[in-house]
Amino acid sequence: MPELRDLYQEVILEHSKAPRNYKALAGANHKAEGYNPLCGDRFTVYLEMDGDRIREIGFQGAGCAISKASASMMTQSVKGKTKEEAEKIFHRFHELVTGHSHGDEAELGKLAVFSGVSEFPVRVKCATLAWHTLEAALEGKQEKVSTE
Amino acid sequence: MSAATAVPIREKTSATSFDVERIRKDFPILQTKVHGHPLVYLDNAATAQKPQAVIDALVRYYENENANIHRGVHYLSQLATEEFEKARALVRAFVNAARASEIIFTRGTTEALNLVAQTYGRANVSARDEVLITALEHHSNIVPWQLLCAEKGAKLQVVPISDAGEVLVEEYATLLGPKTKIVAIAHVSNALGTINPLEQMIAMAHERGAVVVVDGAQAVPHLKVDVQALGADFYAFSGHKMYGPTGIGALYGKQALLEAMPPWQGGGDMISSVTFEKTTYNKVPHKFEAGTPDMAGVAGLKAAIEYMNGIGIEKIAAHEHDLLEYATEVIGALPGVRLIGTAREKASVLSFVLEEAHPHDIGTILDQQGIAVRTGHHCAQPVMERFQIPATVRASFAVYNTKSEVDALARGIRKVREVFA
Repeated sequence: MPELRDLYQEVILEHSKAPRNYKALAGANHKAEGYNPLCGDRFTVYLEMDGDRIREIGFQGAGCAISKASASMMTQSVKGKTKEEAEKIFHRFHELVTGHSHGDEAELGKLAVFSGVSEFPVRVKCATLAWHTLEAALEGKQEKVSTE
Repeated sequence: MSAATAVPIREKTSATSFDVERIRKDFPILQTKVHGHPLVYLDNAATAQKPQAVIDALVRYYENENANIHRGVHYLSQLATEEFEKARALVRAFVNAARASEIIFTRGTTEALNLVAQTYGRANVSARDEVLITALEHHSNIVPWQLLCAEKGAKLQVVPISDAGEVLVEEYATLLGPKTKIVAIAHVSNALGTINPLEQMIAMAHERGAVVVVDGAQAVPHLKVDVQALGADFYAFSGHKMYGPTGIGALYGKQALLEAMPPWQGGGDMISSVTFEKTTYNKVPHKFEAGTPDMAGVAGLKAAIEYMNGIGIEKIAAHEHDLLEYATEVIGALPGVRLIGTAREKASVLSFVLEEAHPHDIGTILDQQGIAVRTGHHCAQPVMERFQIPATVRASFAVYNTKSEVDALARGIRKVREVFA
């Protein structure tokens, strides 16, 4: 039986209550909006790209604890990374939360706390919403992304 | 007699008593364990569970009666036709329509509402006309009218609701005008549980010459519905929310309106004769029942109505009213809880938000304790917008729910607060 504490780890709860980089960036040159119609989660991710590198990142919006904490910790983990590096982290993260990890969680650092999500398949969309939004922002897509 | 001693003492033999424990035994799924806990099913507004009698009716249909209706001269086809039309007669009595021919079987409420929009609506709504709905409608009583209005260049008008979740009748009176051709209203709100003052609203619409379409999906499981007393022109509902199977529902329509309406879907059963030059349509209700219908579903719906009649809709309503009052008191008193939808007249639904946690997190934590609630916008996004919330937690009650299940919900919410403390 999946344990609630595996999902709602202290770090996750803490980030959901006090999200980092929770701001709109005045100098953003990339931006995307993500929406999960299932639970009404809605986030905007702002990027200040320096060539291929994420110089600054911020997000705003509303959502459940999982989606908010994921967004917050995502901003910390991809700041300063190149587009390619950020996408690789998302790929790893996606494997982690869907239970397809290859035992290389260490590469994910703090993000490994989200491993409990794989026991709650309906919550995968919550955990990945901000990441899909980041991906769209990196691609420079203008349309709203949805995890439905 | 050993059989008699096995009956618990509280189960009085009186046919008039209401014994929820006895009723629970009629629903096999209620024995389910979820994550090691007994299932507490509080998502009845989404779909209700089915009693054994309904499940048996589906099996009985396929085992003993299956044949296509209205076309065979053979024994089984006649039997199936007879059972099908008996079910129609029972639905007629269930909502007190004047005639069985005023009952059209559909896939459910959504299809019934679309049928009205696409036939009556397309024939009677023109450019600059208005269709009037309320701010507490389910998407299925919004989108069919948006489609119609877009096609015809008509205008969709919306009656606002109060902070309690009640339709503002004065605003309704103002919005009802000479251009209003159709008024589409829910009898009971799925997101908030509000019971609308239908009789009054329908009378007001008729004074202005508008036709009224009622979404009765959330009303038929909980209230005695009398379409003639209400004065409704159309009344749509689903079987699966009233203990019947999925995929079957009904539309009531006044005979004269149905006769004047063009058909919707073309096919078998809805015609009298077909040549390549000219097709003559069948009479109502068959004109609106193209193709082979869900005959097993109709048998299941009949069994569901018989089941509800066996208990008595007044008793079902009284029991659910008790539960809702109890839940409103117990859940409403929990710290951090804000009830959404506090209308004076309500049925079955308790919607709320919690200060500390998002509804989706609450849903997961309750699920871990075997408690099934709905979290989200309940297909009523404009209602969520009205209250400026992304979602709510919705507990909705049925005949088999108990006060101890409400207590379990309260314990569950306390657990949420512990996790998020």
